[in-house]
Amino acid sequence: MRATCPECEAEITLPEGTVEGEILTCPECAAELEVVSIDPPELALAPEVEEDWGE
Amino acid sequence: MSVRVSIVGGSGYVGGELLRLLLFHPLVTVAQATSERLAGKPITVAHPNLRGIPAAREVQFTSQDRLTPCDVLFLALPHGDAARAIDRFAELAPKIIDCSADFRLRDPALYARWYGETHPAPHWLEQFVYGLPELHRDAIRTARYVSGVGCNATATNLALLPLVRVGLIDPTRDVIVEVKVGSSEGGAQPGESSHHPERSGAVRSFAPVGHRHTAEVVQELGLSRVHLSITSVELVRGALATAHAFASAPVSEKDLWRAFRATYGSEPFVRIVREKQGVYRLPEPKILAGSNYADVGFAVDEETGRIVSICAIDNLMKGAAGTAVQCMNLMCGFEERTGLEFPGLHPI
Repeated sequence: MRATCPECEAEITLPEGTVEGEILTCPECAAELEVVSIDPPELALAPEVEEDWGE
Repeated sequence: MSVRVSIVGGSGYVGGELLRLLLFHPLVTVAQATSERLAGKPITVAHPNLRGIPAAREVQFTSQDRLTPCDVLFLALPHGDAARAIDRFAELAPKIIDCSADFRLRDPALYARWYGETHPAPHWLEQFVYGLPELHRDAIRTARYVSGVGCNATATNLALLPLVRVGLIDPTRDVIVEVKVGSSEGGAQPGESSHHPERSGAVRSFAPVGHRHTAEVVQELGLSRVHLSITSVELVRGALATAHAFASAPVSEKDLWRAFRATYGSEPFVRIVREKQGVYRLPEPKILAGSNYADVGFAVDEETGRIVSICAIDNLMKGAAGTAVQCMNLMCGFEERTGLEFPGLHPI
């Protein structure tokens, strides 16, 4: 089962047994993604947690 | 059967990096390495990291006049020396890879403009292929003579190539590239400016304009309005090019992902680094020390159309010796990654 990352358009293979609402990380751009649909497979950007990346 | 390789100028930093790579390369044997200053001494006098390695024990520095024929000759000499002796070197080996700038430029006039002198062997220029596999892979495979690449030019060329190839840049606007570099770019010869108390901790804008590698970017990318500034920072190894270009039409992050994937999707030594989380979100030379990878990434200001394209390399590896060995692999019909798969260290 393959879906497209909405951030970088990477083709992502969803693991066997993936269910709606699961959160996964894009292996290419590291975006947090939510599985919003299984049939057809669809991913959306998950709400971001507060940033902790700076100088 | 092993390919016999020799290195002219084996005691410098690029020569040492070539030795480190070639002594562990499964398909070649290092026959000779030259140094006039250290002739007769073990190569570990200059490169202590090679101590205790059996293959390194077989090689001691020899003077150039004792060079014997081999299959592939690497030249890692100071600027101008390779060009002045190229006829003699060509008699020693059917294949030559020159790591200096002597044969990088095709046009003698461009050479004269950037190097301030007439080329000593201009008829040789057209025989050399510019040795960046990401640009000239097919030509390198069949070339007898390949020039190495400039480290700052490589970081810049790899940062800008996807933008040029896909036509994202407005050609009427200037491209400005700031390159931050480590001290090993200055070579193994000491000087007042490299004295430790002066160099340590420095952020030295040593070539704000006029850097010679600009010529390689102009030649290889066909950009006329590109400008380099080089700043040396607190690194021994590493170069980070940050290129600022303006888009010819509205551009999004997704457009850049497509351009970078189209250019580098199947490249063995270029990785796209543009991550939404984590510590290393964009290319960072620190984690590339000793590795032949070039990490490329980007950001775009959609409001102004400014594209920031970034490339990190180890200047002695992808910026010099690593790419030279990658070229040797292509010229000899070896798998391109052979002997070059060290991924770098973390933490470092």
